Amino acid sequence: MSREKALVTADWVAENINNPHVVIVEVDEDTTLYAQGHIQNAITFNWREDLQDGLRRDIISKEGFEALLSKSGIANDTTVILYGGNNNWFAAYAYWYFKLYGHQDVRLLDGGRKRWELDARPFVTDVPSRTATRYVAQDQDLSLRAFRDEVIAAIGVKNIVDVRSPAEFSGELAAPAHLPQEGGQVKGHVPSAKNIPWSKAANEDGTFKSQDELKDIYTGAGVDLAKDTIAYCRIGERSAFSWFVLHELLEVKNVKNYDGSWTEYGSLVGVPVELGA
Amino acid sequence: MKTCGARPGGPSLDGVDLSKQTVIQGQILRDGSSDSVPNGTAVANGHVRLLDASGEFTAEVPTNAEGQFRFFASPGTWTLVVQAPGARVEKRVIAERGKANDVVITL
Repeated sequence: MSREKALVTADWVAENINNPHVVIVEVDEDTTLYAQGHIQNAITFNWREDLQDGLRRDIISKEGFEALLSKSGIANDTTVILYGGNNNWFAAYAYWYFKLYGHQDVRLLDGGRKRWELDARPFVTDVPSRTATRYVAQDQDLSLRAFRDEVIAAIGVKNIVDVRSPAEFSGELAAPAHLPQEGGQVKGHVPSAKNIPWSKAANEDGTFKSQDELKDIYTGAGVDLAKDTIAYCRIGERSAFSWFVLHELLEVKNVKNYDGSWTEYGSLVGVPVELGA
Repeated sequence: MKTCGARPGGPSLDGVDLSKQTVIQGQILRDGSSDSVPNGTAVANGHVRLLDASGEFTAEVPTNAEGQFRFFASPGTWTLVVQAPGARVEKRVIAERGKANDVVITL
């Protein structure tokens, strides 16, 4: 059931491009992609400018989220379809915001921008204009969000899932391999974390694997799904993808995304760090 | 991403310190003999995946308007998987630090 509520196919999106109750939103790591071409009638959120606090290191506040959705013409009862590049990393990150702030009907386009492109479906450059709404958000649902002290307390107690690539987990790389290897924080991972890269949940075309395959990925790696789970990556967007798989597709309870992730944990003074596979 | 003119290959390395970064990059082109497009046309709607020596996914980027891509990796053996509408090609790359590991892949 949950899979049908959380995902839509490219065909579904194609059929609902002009549906007035549906707003399609593209969210990319590469924020120039939308201007180069996007699904007809899609708007875009810029993950740096629209989704971050801008002053503090934090996600936008409830008021900020209300302002963003209001100016985007998204109402509380809108069906929001999110998609993006990089196998929906940042679309999943935005999806997590929508759930964090209590939006009822939000779904991902299975396969994201990549599946749409591989199908040779059309992109346009026209930017739609939407009538503003008065969106009312809920307070953050903190059952979906982990903070640093909770991660430290979870070492050896809860499931900690590091969804970065094996090379980042072991300390060989400091960032995903399509980004410069910079950053002041140390390399490595949170002790007792299991390395289950986000990519294991995706097929090569960017779509999600089947429910049985997804479950096997986590249980096969020794994750006890009856225990509480915290997912992290480098800046919280790939772990939002894995949070989506665990919490939204597999309906595992008590899964949190640690959006501070390695850029925060790897910069903390005095916390334990492990290297190696 | 800044591009580098007529020479086939990856984007310009201006500003990239190859003594500190291990760069795997290149360009994806169409083989005109296999379809209706001119030989050597850049594949601007491609996706390139980087797999590590064990075949594990490490990163993925879309190609730019010139069909180019770039990864920052570490020295060793890697596999590139190129996907575009109707095409899929794999290519092994042995990356070294201190030089541009530049590949041209034709679909």
